Amino acid sequence: MASGPTLKISAEIAQRIREHGAQSYPNECCGALLGRDADASVGTTGAGVTLPAREILALFPLVNRREDSPRNRFSVTAEDVRDAEKAGQEKGLDVVGWYHSHPDHPARPSQYDREHAWPWYSYIIVSVANGKPQEMTSWRLSDDRSDYACEEIAIRDSAVR
Amino acid sequence: MGVRVIIPTPLRVYAGKRDSTEVKAATVGEALGRLTTEFGDLRKHLFTEDGKLRSFVNVYVNDEDIRYLAKENTPTKDGDTISIVPSIAGGIDLACCSCWV
Repeated sequence: MASGPTLKISAEIAQRIREHGAQSYPNECCGALLGRDADASVGTTGAGVTLPAREILALFPLVNRREDSPRNRFSVTAEDVRDAEKAGQEKGLDVVGWYHSHPDHPARPSQYDREHAWPWYSYIIVSVANGKPQEMTSWRLSDDRSDYACEEIAIRDSAVR
Repeated sequence: MGVRVIIPTPLRVYAGKRDSTEVKAATVGEALGRLTTEFGDLRKHLFTEDGKLRSFVNVYVNDEDIRYLAKENTPTKDGDTISIVPSIAGGIDLACCSCWV
């Protein structure tokens, strides 16, 4: 998979995503990532150093609407999306992505994730094993919908992957 | 004046970074057709390969979900607003080969 841009996130917000995953176990959790997206033209410096292209500044935790199979599916309705966008606007932020958990599975996008993904959004996945949060990754769908690019998560000054 | 189509944030990059555009159309299907003719890169994100609206693409005419109207045959008139709103889904492939054992 191609390398992607960097997603900047505070340790506190990263911890809240992990906790939401743990609290929802064995079901999947989900929520919106509120933040700001830097213009693509400032994605790199003249020296070729990659700058954070996107920063997560708040979360909007949501209820998983997939009551029929919450252990292996999550769903955010259009109404939830509108609510998340409204919450973002009130803070001067955009919905720049979504997070969800993979209970007892790796933090890798599934075929189902890819088929249902939108481009541009960042998709954070946290794996939760036996109720304990593990690896957290972020992904972006490619323009042609064929693949995901891994997006480096930068927690404060240190990258975790 | 035509029908205003509001483009959701994740698709604006495929529509010249516009948040909306105006088209002349008598139905929702015609409006989406005009939209994806003007911005060809939008098509694969809105429609499946056999030309059906993707299940996670929600379309509203003046805040009414077209699923409860006449779907893509829902009539539109000048001054109407069509909103394209994402829904989000995902999850685990229980049969995937990379899962933990």
